[in-house]
Amino acid sequence: MLTHDKIERNVGLLIVLTVLTVSVGGLLEIVPLFFQKSTTTPANELVKPYDPLQLSGRDIYIREGCYNCHSQMIRPFRAETERYGHYSVAGEFVYDHPFQWGSKRTGPDLARVGGRYSDQWHHTHLLNPRDVVPESNMPAYDWLERPLKTGDIEAKMKALRVVGVPYTDEEIAGAAKSIEGKTELDAMIAYLQNLGTAIKQVR
Amino acid sequence: MIMSDFVSGFWNIYVFGITLVSILGCGVFLWLQGTAKHVEGQTTGHVWDETLEEYSNPLPNWWRWLFYLTILFSLFYLAMYPGLGSFEGQYKWSSTGQYDKEVQKADSQYGPIYQKFLKQDVPVVAASGEAKEMGQRLFVTYCAQCHGSDAGGVKGFPNLTDKDWLYGGTPEKIKESITNGRNAMMPAKGVKPDLSADEIKDLANYVRSLSGLAADSIRTQRGKELFAVACAACHGPEGKGNEGVAPNLADKVWLYGSSEATIIETTTNGRVNRMPAFGEFLGEAKVHLLAAYVYGLGGGVVPAAPVATMEAPAAAAAPAGAQ
Repeated sequence: MLTHDKIERNVGLLIVLTVLTVSVGGLLEIVPLFFQKSTTTPANELVKPYDPLQLSGRDIYIREGCYNCHSQMIRPFRAETERYGHYSVAGEFVYDHPFQWGSKRTGPDLARVGGRYSDQWHHTHLLNPRDVVPESNMPAYDWLERPLKTGDIEAKMKALRVVGVPYTDEEIAGAAKSIEGKTELDAMIAYLQNLGTAIKQVR
Repeated sequence: MIMSDFVSGFWNIYVFGITLVSILGCGVFLWLQGTAKHVEGQTTGHVWDETLEEYSNPLPNWWRWLFYLTILFSLFYLAMYPGLGSFEGQYKWSSTGQYDKEVQKADSQYGPIYQKFLKQDVPVVAASGEAKEMGQRLFVTYCAQCHGSDAGGVKGFPNLTDKDWLYGGTPEKIKESITNGRNAMMPAKGVKPDLSADEIKDLANYVRSLSGLAADSIRTQRGKELFAVACAACHGPEGKGNEGVAPNLADKVWLYGSSEATIIETTTNGRVNRMPAFGEFLGEAKVHLLAAYVYGLGGGVVPAAPVATMEAPAAAAAPAGAQ
């Protein structure tokens, strides 16, 4: 019989059994996700890789820690779809590396914020949220109106291509030029205005 | 739906296999533990700190049976709910199915209330206390981010409680604004792209004079001539605006501000503004209630051809005291 006496006196066996036990969860809950159509293929033809400006905005989103207060995942509950729109589906995030689902909502969910407000609103709101929403406790990001760094965009796109985002050589070659002269604010707004626009809630 | 989701049948067997083998493994392991005999005083043989020893007792029975119960529960769960690969479970449960049921239930509960108001004309709805409460909730959820929770607006986002309307304050126009959104574009320097900075300053002074604000009289005089060329096409010869085209410059309502500097900024760079379309997202019934709420805020314009109920609009048009 396999008693703990035998296991504890044999470090090799202990390691093998520990790894086996711990891996069951991951093997069952993570590995199959890489082999499901709904998680690996775009939800529809409107789900596209981020363009260079949106991609830069996404990196600023991550840099500023927006995910600490904003989720990007509408759960299939009526209370959420009434407020935010159609619930999120896995196929919307196939080009997100990593996705920004988040797990905390101090601010509202942003999964379908694209098109919900005007560019002008985002502009005012990011620089000082209280200018448009007096009740807001979101911090002001008033330093965003500065030139966007364009130096590493091609490297970023190449890295994303390695993990499966289908950027073409032409897209990567023209990337730095296409975001020249833009501000970080422009990039953020471009990113936000694209979020969740692939799926619409139609009544 | 789940059936076809795996890229190949292998993954179904994979999930099935590992799940059942690990549950079975736990069962066998527990059973083996149960075969151990309890020998009074038997230790594992380990000794720590000179005298510290460990009894080699089997698991207590009550504890072992709790584990057996969790195994039974897991088997029942896997039979009823999705978990074993592509097997969808006896209850046919899915998160989207649960969502659809939830929505269906809410629709049958709230649908009739929405339908009742949808059949009424906006001025009638605006006079209803119930509709007003519903409208306010909707407004705070969907509109307050730009127009403010009191609908008073801020710079660049219009006040909805006054009688000044950029696109019209009749029920039809309000509904149109909510449903399709609005796009506004004032070109830089109006229709005279060669305006100099000094001429723009003249114009700003003239525009300020239109609503009785302090302005330089010589600049105002020069600005008046420029206005006829550069601005009148949209704002009208007297700057009184043109509903749906350009705002009235001769009243006290300013979307971006009335200071000379702001008017110069507006004239120099132009303005682009947009209200997003909400028709598709909210649906007709909610748009109707929202239109009634906005109409009832104090600035609603009674439709040109009044409908049967004449009292309601008058009541609705009374200033919204709470605001």
